[in-house]
Amino acid sequence: MNSTNLDPTKDTLVPLLRRMLLIRRVEERLSADFHAGKLPGGVHLYIGQEAVAAGVCAHLRDSDTITSTHRGHGHFLAKGGSPRAMMAEIWGKQEGICRGMGGSMHVADVSKGILGANGIVAAGLAIATGSAFAAKLDKGDRVAVCFFGDGASNQGTFMECLNVSTLWQLPTIFVCENNNFSEFSPTATVTAGAIIDRARAFKIPCTAVDGNDVLAVWRAAGAAVEHARKGGGPSFIEAHTYRLHGHLEAEKSFLKSPYREDREIEEWRQRDPLRRFKDYLTGERICDGGEIDALEAEIAEIVEDAARFAEAGEPADPNLVFDIMFHEQRA
Amino acid sequence: MAKKRYIQAINDALMEEMARDPKIILFGEDVEISMFGDTQGLRARFGADRIRNTPICEATLTGMAVGAAASGYRVVLHMMFSNFIYTGFDAIANQMAKLRLMTGGQMRFPITVLAGYGGGRSSAAQHSDTPYPALMNLGGVNVVVPASPADAKGLLKTVLRADNPTFFLEAGGRGAETAEVPDDDYTIPLGKAAVLREGRDVTIVAIGTMVKHGVAAAAELAGKGIDAELIDVRSLVPFDEDTVLASVRKTGRLVVADEARDRCSAASHICAVVADKGFGSLKAAPKRVTVPNVAMPYAPNAEKNVLPNATKIAEAAAALVNAKAGS
Repeated sequence: MNSTNLDPTKDTLVPLLRRMLLIRRVEERLSADFHAGKLPGGVHLYIGQEAVAAGVCAHLRDSDTITSTHRGHGHFLAKGGSPRAMMAEIWGKQEGICRGMGGSMHVADVSKGILGANGIVAAGLAIATGSAFAAKLDKGDRVAVCFFGDGASNQGTFMECLNVSTLWQLPTIFVCENNNFSEFSPTATVTAGAIIDRARAFKIPCTAVDGNDVLAVWRAAGAAVEHARKGGGPSFIEAHTYRLHGHLEAEKSFLKSPYREDREIEEWRQRDPLRRFKDYLTGERICDGGEIDALEAEIAEIVEDAARFAEAGEPADPNLVFDIMFHEQRA
Repeated sequence: MAKKRYIQAINDALMEEMARDPKIILFGEDVEISMFGDTQGLRARFGADRIRNTPICEATLTGMAVGAAASGYRVVLHMMFSNFIYTGFDAIANQMAKLRLMTGGQMRFPITVLAGYGGGRSSAAQHSDTPYPALMNLGGVNVVVPASPADAKGLLKTVLRADNPTFFLEAGGRGAETAEVPDDDYTIPLGKAAVLREGRDVTIVAIGTMVKHGVAAAAELAGKGIDAELIDVRSLVPFDEDTVLASVRKTGRLVVADEARDRCSAASHICAVVADKGFGSLKAAPKRVTVPNVAMPYAPNAEKNVLPNATKIAEAAAALVNAKAGS
């Protein structure tokens, strides 16, 4: 782990581990449920990238907003979304956070400032910029964070949103999770130059971090959030990480040939952010093995409870779509 | 009552509603200068926070409208020419129209999109489209097409007070046309068509820019002894089926005048509705007077050739009335 002048206490560190563990174990369960044929739709898992969501969201309040991606479970949970409500949503149940109308790719909880996972690559950038504009008009110290991938950095709206956010000095925090793949295409095959250099052109604070080092992410995000809260305007963080699962869980069923080497996946497993953080906490004697085991057991119970809740939930109300869409005007 | 220009009526509605509700903000390209005049004077009155010129980046502006609306503001986004709606279409089709459902009703989007549409001014193909068929098909946005100054003001006030994303499409090039506008604070509900002329022989349904041609066509027909009923739809989503069906029950004949291209036009939708629900009262197949399935040409004579007008509408109506039953 990197050493910096920002020294987190145990009260900060344990919640980071907790969030990462929750995301990992919920998604492992979703993976199993998907492969058992229990989920109605597909899931894009965040496994391997947990340090980014956890490290950033640790600095956010409910009133701060985030936008997320098709790989959005981690951001939802890190921002304080309910595991029960999220799993029920993915199961397509009435008890789901979006009452079964959105599913895995659209989990949102407005009361927690989670403006939604989004199935359109880069769509969250402009939504977050608009939310940051609202924050600026409110004249408070709220911030808006957009999580997006390396793939989204190739959409024109990335430049457009950097431009508007810089021009208007909006509290937008751009968090690019470079996980090495745009869907199935290795980033290097579809992306020219370094993504961070695109943001540097706007002369805003830009930081590249090891996205598998939760403390590095936490420190970079802390600086960006503080900068935005003080009215300093937008910042950009590029977190280098790796998607340990596929683009989507179903991919093995249709891919005719692999798009990455097992060896590469194995190398990144050695840099698993969760394992690294546990090793750090025990190595620095911040936590002992017993504490971590207890936390694991607690999280396992939460996941089991959420999965049972989802499975036992009522199927979505098929008429709800008509009620929600303009129920006040039928024609 | 006072005579007002169409564009002035829109400007008045914005002024009055922004004064009434501090949560309304307006942004877009060159809204301070205001090419059309509809946003003129707003910046001086309401300041730089609420009225903002933006960079030219429609794909971001539509997304920002969604984000600002999700964060508590009532957003007016001015997209200038309706063709630029296409440039910003992702956040319209995939976010604005869908997020209310996808979030299980957690989010509402009080967003008004303003844009001028239609041809007739040699603006060529990229500044003269009539884009509402694509918007009507989204299933999550309203589409309003006011034809008169009084309707423009009353409808816009309704839209600005409502919580659903709505496209308020201004009849391009008609800003200087004047008509009486009530002085009081009035609103006009969406989904209520206006019967502009009652008649027995044929129903002419006119949409937005086509209304004034419909008025002229009805006068032309009257000179030939044909009594046309003229309906201004005023809003396409929601759409007032009842008024149109009641009229067709009376006349048995339907002509729809629409500046959209013919294929999957508003006119074809309205004809389909009447075929479904009013088939028994039809004396002849409904007719559509629309733009052919081509891009808008530049040269005035070529443009005039493809645009509907009063003569084309009157000819279609007369042909229906003069056709023998069953032919």
